[in-house]
Amino acid sequence: MSDQHSAFVRSVADRAARHPAAATILVLALFPLVFPFHTLAINILLFGLFAAGYNITFGYTGKLSFGHAAFFGGGAYGCGILIANYQVHWALAVVFGVALGGLIALLIGLLATRTRGIYFAMVTLALAQCVYFLFFHASSLTGGDNGLRGVNVPRVALGPISIDLLDPMVKYYFMLSLVGGAVWVLARILRSPFGAILEAIRENEARARACGVNIEATRLLSLVISGMVCALAGALNAINLSTVAIDSLSYHTSGLAMMLTLLGGMGTFFGPFVGSAVFLGIEHIVTGYTERWQLIVGIVFIVLVLYFPRGIWGSILQRAGK
Amino acid sequence: MNGSAILSTRGLTRHFGGFVANRDVSVSFPQGKLTAIIGPNGAGKSTFFNMICGGLKPTAGDILFEGKSLVGVKQHHFARIGISKSFQITNLFRDLSVLENVRVAVQAIHSCFDLWSSRTGHGEWADQAEALLCMVGLQERRRERADSLAHGEQRSLEIAVALASDPKLLLLDEPTAGMSPEETRGIMDLILKLLERRTIGLVEHKMKLVMGVSDNIIVLHHGELLAQGTPDEIRSNDEVKLVYLGKAQH
Repeated sequence: MSDQHSAFVRSVADRAARHPAAATILVLALFPLVFPFHTLAINILLFGLFAAGYNITFGYTGKLSFGHAAFFGGGAYGCGILIANYQVHWALAVVFGVALGGLIALLIGLLATRTRGIYFAMVTLALAQCVYFLFFHASSLTGGDNGLRGVNVPRVALGPISIDLLDPMVKYYFMLSLVGGAVWVLARILRSPFGAILEAIRENEARARACGVNIEATRLLSLVISGMVCALAGALNAINLSTVAIDSLSYHTSGLAMMLTLLGGMGTFFGPFVGSAVFLGIEHIVTGYTERWQLIVGIVFIVLVLYFPRGIWGSILQRAGK
Repeated sequence: MNGSAILSTRGLTRHFGGFVANRDVSVSFPQGKLTAIIGPNGAGKSTFFNMICGGLKPTAGDILFEGKSLVGVKQHHFARIGISKSFQITNLFRDLSVLENVRVAVQAIHSCFDLWSSRTGHGEWADQAEALLCMVGLQERRRERADSLAHGEQRSLEIAVALASDPKLLLLDEPTAGMSPEETRGIMDLILKLLERRTIGLVEHKMKLVMGVSDNIIVLHHGELLAQGTPDEIRSNDEVKLVYLGKAQH
């Protein structure tokens, strides 16, 4: 490879590092042009956002949560119930779903952010299970075990034009416009003075406290932000699938967010989307051959975690950086 | 001397289960002076230090800072009240740059919950951090990672981070631990320079080091106050001699 070429690559990488939101949105915008499975691309996009929201808690704040399904599912049901049962405009329903996810995160956070280490994981798991059973038993509203059906948003009116969400390619770019907005907000928050405080706490909690940082309040706010991003992913997924399954609130879903984040690279901006693409891509291929796809995905996951402990994107960044 | 104390303790006591780490310690830190807390290993210096900087709750007794009790005040309020501490074991943001260590500490006093502005947009925090790095002599190394610094430099950085809140009372826990004689001299010069604008409390077990520079010395032994006074008073105190030298010198 010529020097000129590698200098060009480096300058592109530098720019991407300085503008993580723009770089992420650009890659996501080009993705369906080179990736032929457009329905799968939408899943990758939405679960990438879910993992990016989870990453705020796991990667940037340094807390292992097993409860993020409550935010994802809360957002999905909040949005889905308004659309399916009350025929509310989709945009309003999405806002409500995000607000509900934020509220659930606030309530869980008030109890969980006082705990340390593994207890945080256990408390978030227990409280998320409470949310699961709450929605499970409120079956007149949520459909209970059968899930919520009829979250139909076939067309979206944007001023004079109306776009057709039944076309997967159109739907992808519609979702990307909202996911991109969230990605931009996230990048902005991580670059803010609050983002600096998050870094400081992750680096050294005792020192940050001595500097005057209210650790508990900072963690609570970061969990609410994380919860709202996950809720947006859930709300968009409800519109994407036209249904909400009760499984979106189960601990499998929390575990999935953690796996996608670990696989892509915790604490990296783009990693969660890489993790989502790799995980859902492998799942898509393997389910074509065997029902026992989880066995294969599990083995791939173990190998990747063993050989790339920083995740796929994290390892690429590390190799490029030093 | 008590009239102008910035911080004083009254009957400060701390138990750990059945073990009494501090018993009935009543001392004062005169405003604008350097007070050293000394004592042999296990004298209860660290427990005492941790109580006055908010890390440990006293079992009994009171701590007054500018006339107000500090007991029950949350630790993150201490920096804003005007008390700052350095840790005995170097405690930095290791993966952040030297400048960012101080910048984030300056920022923490002004803004913790600003989600929207750009942190690099607040040049005043970086300027203040640079000034502090100049003061401790680390301005040349501001771009390097904190954990790439030598031990003595890390101790200096630790002091710069503690100074970020512009404290009225700076508490230092063995700032010269593990330092070479030259580094120790550098830190002591720095401490004397800082004393021009603030009160300093210092935990130290090297008695010789503090005798020359302190205005006020607190000697702890077996968790209790053995003596408090000027270096001359302490030097001529028979009980102190007994503790430090193993026998009284008449």
